[in-house]
Amino acid sequence: MAVLVIAENTNDELKDATLSAVTAAQAFGGDVHVLVAGSGCAPVADQAAKIAGVAKVLLADDPAYDHGLAEALSALVISLADGYDQLVTPAGTMGKNFMPRVAAALDVAQVSEAVEIVDANTFKRPIYAGNAIATVKSSDAKKVVTIRPTSFDKAPGEGGSAAVEPVAKVDAPALSSFISQELNESDRPDLSSADVIISGGRALGSAENFEIIERLADKLGAAVGASRAAVDAGFVPNDYQVGQTGKIVAPKLYIAVGISGAIQHLAGMKDSKIIVAINKDEEAPIFQVADYGLVADLFEAVPELEKQIG
Amino acid sequence: MKVLVPVKRVVDYNVKVRVKADNSGVELANVKMSMNPFDEIAVEEAVRLKEAGTATEVVVVSIGPKQAQETIRTGLAMGGDRGILVEYDAETEPLAVAKLLKAIAAEENPDLVVLGKQAIDDDCSQTGQMLAQLLGWSQGTFASKVTPGDGTVDVTREIDGGLETIQLKMPAVVTADLRLNEPRYASLPNIMKAKKKEIAMKTPADYGVDMTPRLSTERVEEPPERQAGVMVESVSDLVAALKEKGAL
Ligand SMILES: Cc1cc2nc3c(=O)[nH]c(=O)nc-3n(C[C@H](O)[C@H](O)[C@H](O)COP(=O)(O)OP(=O)(O)OC[C@H]3O[C@@H](n4cnc5c(N)ncnc54)[C@H](O)[C@@H]3O)c2cc1C
Repeated sequence: MAVLVIAENTNDELKDATLSAVTAAQAFGGDVHVLVAGSGCAPVADQAAKIAGVAKVLLADDPAYDHGLAEALSALVISLADGYDQLVTPAGTMGKNFMPRVAAALDVAQVSEAVEIVDANTFKRPIYAGNAIATVKSSDAKKVVTIRPTSFDKAPGEGGSAAVEPVAKVDAPALSSFISQELNESDRPDLSSADVIISGGRALGSAENFEIIERLADKLGAAVGASRAAVDAGFVPNDYQVGQTGKIVAPKLYIAVGISGAIQHLAGMKDSKIIVAINKDEEAPIFQVADYGLVADLFEAVPELEKQIG
Repeated sequence: MKVLVPVKRVVDYNVKVRVKADNSGVELANVKMSMNPFDEIAVEEAVRLKEAGTATEVVVVSIGPKQAQETIRTGLAMGGDRGILVEYDAETEPLAVAKLLKAIAAEENPDLVVLGKQAIDDDCSQTGQMLAQLLGWSQGTFASKVTPGDGTVDVTREIDGGLETIQLKMPAVVTADLRLNEPRYASLPNIMKAKKKEIAMKTPADYGVDMTPRLSTERVEEPPERQAGVMVESVSDLVAALKEKGAL
Protein backbone atom coordinates (compact mmCIF):
# COMPACT_ATOMS: atom_id res chain seq x y z
CA MET A 1 0.00 0.00 0.00
CA ALA A 2 1.01 3.61 -0.30
CA VAL A 3 2.51 6.09 2.15
CA LEU A 4 0.75 9.38 2.82
CA VAL A 5 2.96 12.41 3.43
CA ILE A 6 1.09 15.34 4.91
CA ALA A 7 2.79 18.41 3.48
CA GLU A 8 3.97 21.29 5.62
CA ASN A 9 2.81 24.31 3.71
CA THR A 10 1.29 27.76 3.80
CA ASN A 11 -1.41 28.58 1.28
CA ASP A 12 1.18 29.65 -1.25
CA GLU A 13 4.34 27.81 -0.40
CA LEU A 14 5.46 24.23 0.12
CA LYS A 15 7.98 24.07 2.97
CA ASP A 16 11.29 22.32 2.32
CA ALA A 17 10.62 20.04 5.28
CA THR A 18 8.05 18.29 3.07
CA LEU A 19 10.86 17.26 0.70
CA SER A 20 12.65 15.59 3.60
CA ALA A 21 9.43 13.84 4.61
CA VAL A 22 9.09 12.46 1.07
CA THR A 23 12.60 10.99 1.30
CA ALA A 24 11.74 9.45 4.67
CA ALA A 25 8.49 8.04 3.27
CA GLN A 26 10.33 6.38 0.39
CA ALA A 27 12.13 4.21 2.93
CA PHE A 28 8.86 2.30 3.45
CA GLY A 29 8.93 1.14 -0.13
CA GLY A 30 5.37 1.95 -1.27
CA ASP A 31 4.01 4.67 -3.55
CA VAL A 32 4.30 8.10 -1.96
CA HIS A 33 1.22 10.36 -1.99
CA VAL A 34 1.31 13.92 -0.70
CA LEU A 35 -1.65 15.66 0.92
CA VAL A 36 -1.73 19.43 0.56
CA ALA A 37 -4.36 21.11 2.74
CA GLY A 38 -5.09 24.81 2.87
CA SER A 39 -7.24 27.51 1.37
CA GLY A 40 -6.44 28.68 -2.12
CA CYS A 41 -3.45 26.33 -2.04
CA ALA A 42 -3.75 24.80 -5.53
CA PRO A 43 -0.35 26.26 -6.59
CA VAL A 44 1.23 24.39 -3.67
CA ALA A 45 -0.28 21.14 -4.92
CA ASP A 46 1.26 21.80 -8.33
CA GLN A 47 4.58 22.32 -6.62
CA ALA A 48 4.16 19.04 -4.70
CA ALA A 49 3.32 17.22 -7.95
CA LYS A 50 6.77 18.09 -9.27
CA ILE A 51 8.63 16.45 -6.38
CA ALA A 52 10.62 13.52 -7.75
CA GLY A 53 9.21 10.22 -6.54
CA VAL A 54 5.70 11.40 -5.69
CA ALA A 55 2.97 9.27 -7.32
CA LYS A 56 -0.09 11.33 -6.43
CA VAL A 57 -1.04 14.61 -4.81
CA LEU A 58 -4.26 15.02 -2.84
CA LEU A 59 -5.50 18.58 -2.68
CA ALA A 60 -7.88 19.65 0.10
CA ASP A 61 -8.58 23.26 -0.78
CA ASP A 62 -11.16 24.71 1.58
CA PRO A 63 -11.46 27.66 3.98
CA ALA A 64 -11.70 25.08 6.79
CA TYR A 65 -7.99 24.34 6.27
CA ASP A 66 -6.86 27.94 6.00
CA HIS A 67 -4.81 28.09 9.18
CA GLY A 68 -4.11 24.43 9.69
CA LEU A 69 -6.28 24.19 12.80
CA ALA A 70 -5.52 20.84 14.42
CA GLU A 71 -9.13 19.67 14.78
CA ALA A 72 -10.02 20.19 11.11
CA LEU A 73 -6.73 18.97 9.68
CA SER A 74 -6.62 15.83 11.80
CA ALA A 75 -10.23 14.99 10.85
CA LEU A 76 -9.22 15.21 7.19
CA VAL A 77 -6.15 13.00 7.62
CA ILE A 78 -8.09 10.47 9.70
CA SER A 79 -10.68 10.19 6.91
CA LEU A 80 -7.91 9.31 4.43
CA ALA A 81 -6.00 6.94 6.71
CA ASP A 82 -7.79 3.77 5.59
CA GLY A 83 -5.96 3.83 2.29
CA TYR A 84 -2.49 3.98 3.79
CA ASP A 85 -0.15 1.86 5.89
CA GLN A 86 2.06 4.76 6.89
CA LEU A 87 1.39 8.43 7.57
CA VAL A 88 4.39 10.73 7.67
CA THR A 89 4.80 14.45 8.31
CA PRO A 90 7.66 16.77 9.34
CA ALA A 91 8.05 17.42 13.06
CA GLY A 92 7.50 21.18 12.80
CA THR A 93 4.95 22.99 14.93
CA MET A 94 2.26 22.09 12.37
CA GLY A 95 2.97 18.35 12.38
CA LYS A 96 3.46 18.23 16.14
CA ASN A 97 0.08 19.91 16.51
CA PHE A 98 -2.22 17.69 14.43
CA MET A 99 -0.41 14.36 14.04
CA PRO A 100 -0.87 12.98 17.59
CA ARG A 101 -4.64 13.47 17.15
CA VAL A 102 -4.46 11.22 14.09
CA ALA A 103 -2.48 8.61 16.01
CA ALA A 104 -4.95 8.66 18.91
CA ALA A 105 -7.94 8.31 16.58
CA LEU A 106 -6.31 5.31 14.91
CA ASP A 107 -5.28 3.89 18.30
CA VAL A 108 -1.63 3.92 17.26
CA ALA A 109 1.50 5.03 19.14
CA GLN A 110 3.06 7.91 17.23
CA VAL A 111 6.78 7.76 16.53
CA SER A 112 7.91 11.34 17.15
CA GLU A 113 10.89 12.98 15.40
CA ALA A 114 12.29 9.90 13.70
CA VAL A 115 15.85 10.49 12.52
CA GLU A 116 16.13 7.16 10.69
CA ILE A 117 13.67 4.65 9.23
CA VAL A 118 15.55 1.40 9.86
CA ASP A 119 12.83 -0.80 8.36
CA ALA A 120 9.05 -0.64 8.03
CA ASN A 121 8.60 -1.25 11.77
CA THR A 122 11.80 0.12 13.27
CA PHE A 123 12.84 3.70 13.84
CA LYS A 124 15.61 5.68 15.48
CA ARG A 125 14.65 8.74 17.47
CA PRO A 126 16.43 11.04 19.89
CA ILE A 127 15.42 11.06 23.56
CA TYR A 128 16.65 13.15 26.51
CA ALA A 129 17.39 16.21 24.38
CA GLY A 130 19.36 14.10 21.96
CA ASN A 131 21.71 12.74 24.61
CA ALA A 132 20.60 9.26 23.62
CA ILE A 133 19.23 7.71 20.45
CA ALA A 134 16.58 5.03 20.91
CA THR A 135 15.80 2.34 18.36
CA VAL A 136 12.10 1.57 18.72
CA LYS A 137 10.01 -1.13 17.08
CA SER A 138 6.33 -0.53 16.52
CA SER A 139 3.78 -3.31 16.88
CA ASP A 140 0.97 -1.20 15.43
CA ALA A 141 -0.46 -2.18 12.04
CA LYS A 142 -0.43 1.43 10.84
CA LYS A 143 2.52 3.73 11.41
CA VAL A 144 2.11 7.37 12.34
CA VAL A 145 5.49 9.07 12.16
CA THR A 146 6.82 12.60 12.42
CA ILE A 147 10.32 13.00 11.02
CA ARG A 148 13.13 15.38 11.87
CA PRO A 149 13.73 17.18 8.55
CA THR A 150 17.44 17.78 9.13
CA SER A 151 18.02 14.02 9.28
CA PHE A 152 16.72 13.27 5.78
CA ASP A 153 17.96 14.59 2.44
CA LYS A 154 15.50 16.69 0.52
CA ALA A 155 13.81 14.89 -2.37
CA PRO A 156 14.43 16.84 -5.61
CA GLY A 157 11.72 19.48 -6.02
CA GLU A 158 11.71 18.97 -9.79
CA GLY A 159 11.36 15.94 -12.01
CA GLY A 160 8.03 14.50 -10.87
CA SER A 161 4.71 14.82 -12.68
CA ALA A 162 2.13 13.41 -10.30
CA ALA A 163 -1.59 13.81 -10.85
CA VAL A 164 -3.39 16.21 -8.52
CA GLU A 165 -6.65 14.80 -7.18
CA PRO A 166 -9.04 16.97 -5.18
CA VAL A 167 -10.39 15.63 -1.90
CA ALA A 168 -13.55 16.98 -0.31
CA LYS A 169 -13.67 18.77 2.99
CA VAL A 170 -14.44 16.53 5.96
CA ASP A 171 -17.07 17.80 8.34
CA ALA A 172 -15.71 18.34 11.80
CA PRO A 173 -17.22 20.27 14.70
CA ALA A 174 -15.87 23.82 14.78
CA LEU A 175 -14.11 23.60 18.14
CA SER A 176 -11.51 26.27 17.52
CA SER A 177 -11.16 29.34 15.37
CA PHE A 178 -8.32 31.47 14.13
CA ILE A 179 -8.06 34.99 15.55
CA SER A 180 -4.74 36.48 14.49
CA GLN A 181 -1.10 35.84 13.78
CA GLU A 182 2.14 37.73 14.09
CA LEU A 183 4.54 36.23 11.63
CA ASN A 184 8.09 37.48 11.58
CA GLU A 185 8.76 38.48 8.00
CA SER A 186 12.40 38.62 7.09
CA ASP A 187 14.52 38.69 3.97
CA ARG A 188 17.02 36.40 5.62
CA PRO A 189 17.06 32.68 4.85
CA ASP A 190 14.77 30.41 6.84
CA LEU A 191 16.39 29.14 10.04
CA SER A 192 15.42 25.53 9.42
CA SER A 193 16.97 25.36 5.95
CA ALA A 194 19.79 27.94 6.01
CA ASP A 195 23.37 26.97 5.11
CA VAL A 196 24.82 29.40 7.64
CA ILE A 197 23.34 30.38 11.00
CA ILE A 198 24.58 32.91 13.52
CA SER A 199 23.03 32.62 16.95
CA GLY A 200 23.29 35.00 19.85
CA GLY A 201 22.79 34.35 23.54
CA ARG A 202 22.09 36.13 26.77
CA ALA A 203 25.47 37.87 26.56
CA LEU A 204 24.16 40.21 23.86
CA GLY A 205 22.33 42.04 26.61
CA SER A 206 19.64 43.84 24.62
CA ALA A 207 17.69 43.91 21.38
CA GLU A 208 19.83 46.86 20.21
CA ASN A 209 23.04 44.97 20.86
CA PHE A 210 21.64 41.96 19.04
CA GLU A 211 21.84 44.01 15.86
CA ILE A 212 25.55 43.24 15.62
CA ILE A 213 24.56 39.58 15.12
CA GLU A 214 22.01 40.56 12.49
CA ARG A 215 24.53 42.73 10.64
CA LEU A 216 27.03 39.91 10.51
CA ALA A 217 24.29 37.54 9.35
CA ASP A 218 23.36 39.87 6.50
CA LYS A 219 26.95 40.07 5.41
CA LEU A 220 27.16 36.27 5.32
CA GLY A 221 23.68 35.69 3.89
CA ALA A 222 23.00 33.77 7.08
CA ALA A 223 19.91 33.09 9.17
CA VAL A 224 19.74 34.40 12.74
CA GLY A 225 19.11 32.14 15.71
CA ALA A 226 19.16 32.57 19.47
CA SER A 227 19.32 30.76 22.77
CA ARG A 228 16.28 30.50 24.97
CA ALA A 229 17.76 33.09 27.31
CA ALA A 230 17.97 35.64 24.48
CA VAL A 231 14.36 34.95 23.47
CA ASP A 232 13.06 35.02 27.05
CA ALA A 233 14.78 38.37 27.56
CA GLY A 234 12.96 39.72 24.51
CA PHE A 235 16.05 40.43 22.37
CA VAL A 236 14.51 38.47 19.47
CA PRO A 237 11.17 36.77 18.63
CA ASN A 238 10.29 33.26 19.82
CA ASP A 239 10.76 31.61 16.45
CA TYR A 240 14.51 32.34 16.60
CA GLN A 241 15.00 29.83 19.41
CA VAL A 242 17.30 26.92 18.61
CA GLY A 243 17.25 23.87 20.86
CA GLN A 244 15.45 20.92 22.36
CA THR A 245 12.23 22.87 22.49
CA GLY A 246 12.86 25.32 19.69
CA LYS A 247 14.13 24.69 16.17
CA ILE A 248 16.40 21.82 15.27
CA VAL A 249 18.99 23.00 12.78
CA ALA A 250 21.93 21.44 10.95
CA PRO A 251 23.53 24.09 8.74
CA LYS A 252 26.94 23.85 7.10
CA LEU A 253 28.18 26.53 9.48
CA TYR A 254 26.77 27.44 12.91
CA ILE A 255 28.31 30.35 14.79
CA ALA A 256 27.31 30.53 18.47
CA VAL A 257 28.01 33.93 20.00
CA GLY A 258 27.76 34.50 23.75
CA ILE A 259 25.96 31.19 24.24
CA SER A 260 27.13 28.93 27.08
CA GLY A 261 26.12 25.62 25.47
CA ALA A 262 23.45 24.19 27.79
CA ILE A 263 22.37 20.67 26.77
CA GLN A 264 19.00 22.04 25.69
CA HIS A 265 20.70 24.39 23.24
CA LEU A 266 23.17 21.76 21.99
CA ALA A 267 20.20 19.47 21.27
CA GLY A 268 19.15 21.85 18.51
CA MET A 269 22.45 22.46 16.73
CA LYS A 270 25.03 19.80 17.41
CA ASP A 271 24.43 18.10 14.07
CA SER A 272 25.72 21.21 12.28
CA LYS A 273 28.64 20.51 9.96
CA ILE A 274 31.02 23.14 11.35
CA ILE A 275 30.43 24.79 14.72
CA VAL A 276 32.17 28.00 15.73
CA ALA A 277 31.88 29.34 19.27
CA ILE A 278 32.78 32.81 20.46
CA ASN A 279 32.65 33.13 24.23
CA LYS A 280 34.71 35.02 26.76
CA ASP A 281 34.70 32.10 29.20
CA GLU A 282 37.20 29.46 28.12
CA GLU A 283 35.35 26.93 30.30
CA ALA A 284 32.03 27.39 28.48
CA PRO A 285 30.61 23.97 27.51
CA ILE A 286 29.89 25.19 23.97
CA PHE A 287 33.63 24.79 23.27
CA GLN A 288 33.29 21.03 23.77
CA VAL A 289 31.23 20.73 20.60
CA ALA A 290 32.92 23.52 18.64
CA ASP A 291 35.24 22.82 15.71
CA TYR A 292 36.68 26.30 16.15
CA GLY A 293 36.60 28.12 19.46
CA LEU A 294 37.56 31.71 20.07
CA VAL A 295 37.87 33.02 23.61
CA ALA A 296 37.02 36.68 23.19
CA ASP A 297 34.65 39.46 24.10
CA LEU A 298 31.92 39.23 21.51
CA PHE A 299 31.53 43.00 21.33
CA GLU A 300 35.05 43.14 19.91
CA ALA A 301 35.12 39.86 18.00
CA VAL A 302 31.83 40.16 16.11
CA PRO A 303 32.45 43.62 14.56
CA GLU A 304 35.99 42.51 13.74
CA LEU A 305 34.65 39.38 12.05
CA GLU A 306 32.20 41.47 10.06
CA LYS A 307 35.05 43.71 8.94
CA GLN A 308 37.34 40.86 7.95
CA ILE A 309 34.70 39.05 5.96
CA GLY A 310 34.14 42.34 4.21
CA MET B 1 -14.07 26.48 36.35
CA LYS B 2 -12.14 23.36 37.20
CA VAL B 3 -8.63 22.75 35.91
CA LEU B 4 -6.88 19.40 35.62
CA VAL B 5 -3.08 19.47 35.44
CA PRO B 6 -1.29 16.24 34.50
CA VAL B 7 2.37 16.19 35.60
CA LYS B 8 5.23 13.77 34.90
CA ARG B 9 8.18 12.80 37.06
CA VAL B 10 11.29 12.93 34.87
CA VAL B 11 15.08 13.12 35.15
CA ASP B 12 15.94 16.66 36.26
CA TYR B 13 16.75 18.94 33.34
CA ASN B 14 20.23 19.68 34.71
CA VAL B 15 21.29 16.04 34.61
CA LYS B 16 23.28 14.86 31.61
CA VAL B 17 21.94 11.34 31.19
CA ARG B 18 24.22 8.41 30.45
CA VAL B 19 23.40 5.42 28.33
CA LYS B 20 23.63 2.09 30.16
CA ALA B 21 26.57 -0.11 29.27
CA ASP B 22 24.25 -2.84 27.94
CA ASN B 23 22.42 -0.32 25.69
CA SER B 24 19.06 -1.21 27.22
CA GLY B 25 18.21 2.34 28.26
CA VAL B 26 19.61 5.29 30.18
CA GLU B 27 20.96 5.16 33.72
CA LEU B 28 18.18 6.15 36.10
CA ALA B 29 19.59 4.81 39.38
CA ASN B 30 20.59 7.59 41.79
CA VAL B 31 19.69 10.29 39.33
CA LYS B 32 17.89 13.42 40.48
CA MET B 33 14.23 13.39 39.45
CA SER B 34 11.94 16.43 39.22
CA MET B 35 8.67 17.57 37.76
CA ASN B 36 8.90 17.97 33.99
CA PRO B 37 9.69 21.70 33.56
CA PHE B 38 6.83 22.24 31.10
CA ASP B 39 4.41 20.71 33.60
CA GLU B 40 5.62 23.16 36.23
CA ILE B 41 4.62 25.93 33.86
CA ALA B 42 1.23 24.23 33.44
CA VAL B 43 0.71 24.05 37.22
CA GLU B 44 1.71 27.70 37.57
CA GLU B 45 -0.80 28.74 34.91
CA ALA B 46 -3.61 26.80 36.60
CA VAL B 47 -2.76 28.27 40.00
CA ARG B 48 -2.73 31.78 38.51
CA LEU B 49 -6.18 31.15 37.05
CA LYS B 50 -7.32 30.19 40.53
CA GLU B 51 -5.71 33.24 42.11
CA ALA B 52 -7.43 35.41 39.50
CA GLY B 53 -10.76 33.93 40.55
CA THR B 54 -11.29 32.23 37.19
CA ALA B 55 -10.60 28.68 38.35
CA THR B 56 -12.27 27.19 41.38
CA GLU B 57 -10.25 24.03 41.77
CA VAL B 58 -6.90 22.74 40.51
CA VAL B 59 -6.45 18.97 40.46
CA VAL B 60 -2.91 17.66 39.91
CA VAL B 61 -2.67 14.20 38.32
CA SER B 62 0.31 11.96 37.69
CA ILE B 63 0.79 8.56 36.16
CA GLY B 64 3.98 6.96 37.43
CA PRO B 65 5.69 5.15 40.29
CA LYS B 66 4.92 5.70 43.98
CA GLN B 67 7.59 8.42 44.08
CA ALA B 68 5.50 10.48 41.67
CA GLN B 69 3.55 11.42 44.82
CA GLU B 70 6.42 13.84 45.49
CA THR B 71 5.88 15.35 42.06
CA ILE B 72 2.20 15.82 42.84
CA ARG B 73 3.12 17.31 46.24
CA THR B 74 5.29 19.85 44.42
CA GLY B 75 2.23 20.84 42.42
CA LEU B 76 0.11 21.01 45.56
CA ALA B 77 2.74 23.17 47.26
CA MET B 78 2.58 25.55 44.30
CA GLY B 79 -1.16 25.91 44.89
CA GLY B 80 -2.93 22.80 43.58
CA ASP B 81 -5.91 21.66 45.68
CA ARG B 82 -5.69 17.88 45.55
CA GLY B 83 -3.96 15.10 43.68
CA ILE B 84 -4.58 11.82 41.91
CA LEU B 85 -1.79 9.30 41.37
CA VAL B 86 -2.31 6.43 38.97
CA GLU B 87 0.42 4.12 40.11
CA TYR B 88 2.35 2.47 37.33
CA ASP B 89 6.01 1.47 37.57
CA ALA B 90 7.09 0.80 34.01
CA GLU B 91 7.69 3.36 31.28
CA THR B 92 4.52 5.03 30.05
CA GLU B 93 3.56 5.82 26.47
CA PRO B 94 1.61 8.98 25.60
CA LEU B 95 -1.31 7.02 24.10
CA ALA B 96 -1.91 5.02 27.29
CA VAL B 97 -1.47 8.14 29.43
CA ALA B 98 -3.99 9.99 27.26
CA LYS B 99 -6.47 7.12 27.72
CA LEU B 100 -6.07 7.29 31.50
CA LEU B 101 -6.47 11.06 31.46
CA LYS B 102 -9.61 10.70 29.37
CA ALA B 103 -11.07 8.37 32.00
CA ILE B 104 -10.08 10.78 34.78
CA ALA B 105 -11.59 13.69 32.87
CA ALA B 106 -14.83 11.73 32.60
CA GLU B 107 -14.95 11.52 36.41
CA GLU B 108 -13.68 15.00 37.20
CA ASN B 109 -15.38 17.00 34.44
CA PRO B 110 -12.72 19.71 34.15
CA ASP B 111 -13.30 22.73 31.90
CA LEU B 112 -9.64 22.95 31.08
CA VAL B 113 -6.77 20.47 31.05
CA VAL B 114 -3.39 22.22 31.07
CA LEU B 115 -0.25 20.15 30.55
CA GLY B 116 3.33 20.60 29.39
CA LYS B 117 3.96 20.65 25.64
CA GLN B 118 6.45 17.82 25.94
CA ALA B 119 8.21 15.72 28.54
CA ILE B 120 11.95 16.20 28.54
CA ASP B 121 12.67 12.47 28.87
CA ASP B 122 11.01 10.93 25.82
CA ASP B 123 10.55 14.31 24.03
CA CYS B 124 7.36 12.96 22.41
CA SER B 125 5.06 16.01 22.49
CA GLN B 126 1.90 13.93 22.06
CA THR B 127 -0.11 13.52 25.26
CA GLY B 128 -2.15 16.74 25.18
CA GLN B 129 -3.08 16.40 21.53
CA MET B 130 -4.02 12.73 21.94
CA LEU B 131 -6.14 13.55 24.97
CA ALA B 132 -7.95 16.30 23.06
CA GLN B 133 -8.72 13.87 20.23
CA LEU B 134 -9.93 11.10 22.55
CA LEU B 135 -12.21 13.55 24.36
CA GLY B 136 -13.36 15.25 21.15
CA TRP B 137 -12.16 18.58 22.55
CA SER B 138 -10.35 21.54 21.05
CA GLN B 139 -6.65 22.08 21.67
CA GLY B 140 -4.23 24.96 22.00
CA THR B 141 -0.69 23.62 21.90
CA PHE B 142 2.62 25.43 22.63
CA ALA B 143 0.80 28.18 24.51
CA SER B 144 2.58 31.38 25.49
CA LYS B 145 -0.60 33.15 26.60
CA VAL B 146 -3.93 31.83 27.90
CA THR B 147 -6.92 34.16 28.29
CA PRO B 148 -10.19 32.58 29.41
CA GLY B 149 -13.43 34.17 28.19
CA ASP B 150 -17.07 33.18 28.48
CA GLY B 151 -17.14 29.49 27.59
CA THR B 152 -14.06 30.01 25.47
CA VAL B 153 -10.35 30.45 25.94
CA ASP B 154 -7.96 32.43 23.73
CA VAL B 155 -4.57 30.82 23.32
CA THR B 156 -1.50 32.45 21.80
CA ARG B 157 0.72 29.74 20.35
CA GLU B 158 4.43 29.71 19.54
CA ILE B 159 4.65 28.44 15.98
CA ASP B 160 7.54 28.07 13.52
CA GLY B 161 6.92 31.44 11.88
CA GLY B 162 6.08 33.48 14.98
CA LEU B 163 2.91 33.65 17.05
CA GLU B 164 -0.69 32.67 16.37
CA THR B 165 -3.79 33.32 18.46
CA ILE B 166 -6.76 30.98 18.30
CA GLN B 167 -10.00 30.72 20.23
CA LEU B 168 -11.02 27.40 21.73
CA LYS B 169 -14.47 26.33 22.85
CA MET B 170 -14.31 24.95 26.34
CA PRO B 171 -13.80 22.28 27.54
CA ALA B 172 -10.35 22.40 26.02
CA VAL B 173 -6.81 21.09 26.29
CA VAL B 174 -3.91 23.56 26.48
CA THR B 175 -0.22 22.62 26.36
CA ALA B 176 2.29 25.00 27.92
CA ASP B 177 5.37 26.38 26.20
CA LEU B 178 8.37 27.97 27.95
CA ARG B 179 7.21 31.57 27.83
CA LEU B 180 3.72 31.07 29.24
CA ASN B 181 4.93 32.08 32.70
CA GLU B 182 7.76 31.69 35.17
CA PRO B 183 6.82 29.05 37.74
CA ARG B 184 7.07 30.05 41.40
CA TYR B 185 9.12 28.31 44.04
CA ALA B 186 6.84 26.90 46.72
CA SER B 187 7.28 28.58 50.10
CA LEU B 188 8.05 26.50 53.17
CA PRO B 189 4.60 27.07 54.73
CA ASN B 190 2.98 26.00 51.45
CA ILE B 191 5.17 22.91 51.31
CA MET B 192 3.99 22.04 54.84
CA LYS B 193 0.37 22.69 53.92
CA ALA B 194 0.69 20.51 50.82
CA LYS B 195 1.58 17.53 53.00
CA LYS B 196 -1.97 17.55 54.34
CA LYS B 197 -3.65 17.78 50.96
CA GLU B 198 -5.35 14.66 49.68
CA ILE B 199 -3.80 12.43 47.00
CA ALA B 200 -6.12 9.67 45.74
CA MET B 201 -4.24 6.49 44.87
CA LYS B 202 -5.40 4.64 41.77
CA THR B 203 -4.19 2.01 39.30
CA PRO B 204 -4.64 1.71 35.53
CA ALA B 205 -7.00 -1.22 36.21
CA ASP B 206 -9.35 1.15 38.06
CA TYR B 207 -9.87 2.90 34.74
CA GLY B 208 -9.74 -0.25 32.59
CA VAL B 209 -6.81 1.02 30.56
CA ASP B 210 -4.36 -1.41 28.98
CA MET B 211 -0.84 -0.01 29.46
CA THR B 212 0.94 -2.50 27.17
CA PRO B 213 3.48 -0.47 25.18
CA ARG B 214 3.10 -0.35 21.41
CA LEU B 215 6.72 0.60 20.87
CA SER B 216 9.44 -1.65 22.19
CA THR B 217 12.85 -0.16 22.78
CA GLU B 218 15.34 -2.37 20.99
CA ARG B 219 18.45 -0.41 21.81
CA VAL B 220 19.58 2.91 23.25
CA GLU B 221 22.91 4.36 22.22
CA GLU B 222 25.01 7.47 22.61
CA PRO B 223 24.68 9.95 19.77
CA PRO B 224 27.73 10.17 17.51
CA GLU B 225 30.50 12.09 19.31
CA ARG B 226 31.82 15.23 17.70
CA GLN B 227 35.54 15.27 16.98
CA ALA B 228 37.41 17.57 19.35
CA GLY B 229 37.97 20.95 17.73
CA VAL B 230 40.69 23.54 17.98
CA MET B 231 40.95 26.88 19.74
CA VAL B 232 41.96 29.79 17.53
CA GLU B 233 43.84 32.81 18.84
CA SER B 234 42.19 35.61 16.93
CA VAL B 235 39.45 36.61 14.54
CA SER B 236 41.97 36.53 11.67
CA ASP B 237 42.90 32.94 12.52
CA LEU B 238 39.22 32.04 12.63
CA VAL B 239 38.53 33.60 9.24
CA ALA B 240 41.60 31.87 7.76
CA ALA B 241 40.52 28.49 9.16
CA LEU B 242 36.96 28.85 7.87
CA LYS B 243 38.19 29.95 4.45
CA GLU B 244 40.49 26.95 4.29
CA LYS B 245 37.52 24.69 5.04
CA GLY B 246 35.51 26.42 2.34
CA ALA B 247 32.97 27.47 4.95
CA LEU B 248 33.22 31.18 4.18
C1 LIG C 1 12.66 22.71 29.74
C2 LIG C 1 13.76 23.55 29.21
C3 LIG C 1 13.87 23.71 27.85
C4 LIG C 1 14.86 24.52 27.31
N1 LIG C 1 14.95 24.65 25.96
C5 LIG C 1 15.93 25.41 25.43
C6 LIG C 1 16.09 25.55 24.02
O1 LIG C 1 15.32 25.01 23.21
N2 LIG C 1 17.11 26.33 23.55
C7 LIG C 1 18.00 26.97 24.39
O2 LIG C 1 18.89 27.67 23.90
N3 LIG C 1 17.86 26.85 25.72
C8 LIG C 1 16.86 26.09 26.26
N4 LIG C 1 16.75 26.01 27.62
C9 LIG C 1 17.57 26.88 28.46
C10 LIG C 1 18.98 26.39 28.68
O3 LIG C 1 19.00 25.49 29.77
C11 LIG C 1 19.90 27.59 29.01
O4 LIG C 1 19.40 28.26 30.14
C12 LIG C 1 20.04 28.60 27.88
O5 LIG C 1 20.36 27.94 26.68
C13 LIG C 1 21.12 29.60 28.22
O6 LIG C 1 21.20 30.60 27.24
P1 LIG C 1 22.60 31.37 26.98
O7 LIG C 1 23.64 30.40 26.64
O8 LIG C 1 22.30 32.45 26.03
O9 LIG C 1 22.84 32.06 28.39
P2 LIG C 1 23.96 31.77 29.50
O10 LIG C 1 23.95 30.35 29.90
O11 LIG C 1 23.77 32.79 30.54
O12 LIG C 1 25.32 32.02 28.73
C14 LIG C 1 25.78 33.26 28.36
C15 LIG C 1 27.20 33.03 27.87
O13 LIG C 1 27.70 34.24 27.35
C16 LIG C 1 29.07 34.37 27.72
N5 LIG C 1 29.39 35.80 27.70
C17 LIG C 1 28.97 36.78 28.55
N6 LIG C 1 29.42 37.98 28.16
C18 LIG C 1 30.14 37.79 27.04
C19 LIG C 1 30.86 38.63 26.17
N7 LIG C 1 30.90 39.95 26.36
N8 LIG C 1 31.49 38.09 25.11
C20 LIG C 1 31.46 36.74 24.89
N9 LIG C 1 30.78 35.89 25.68
C21 LIG C 1 30.13 36.40 26.74
C22 LIG C 1 29.17 33.75 29.08
O14 LIG C 1 30.48 33.32 29.32
C23 LIG C 1 28.17 32.58 28.95
O15 LIG C 1 28.83 31.40 28.52
C24 LIG C 1 15.76 25.18 28.17
C25 LIG C 1 15.66 25.00 29.54
C26 LIG C 1 14.67 24.20 30.06
C27 LIG C 1 14.58 24.03 31.54
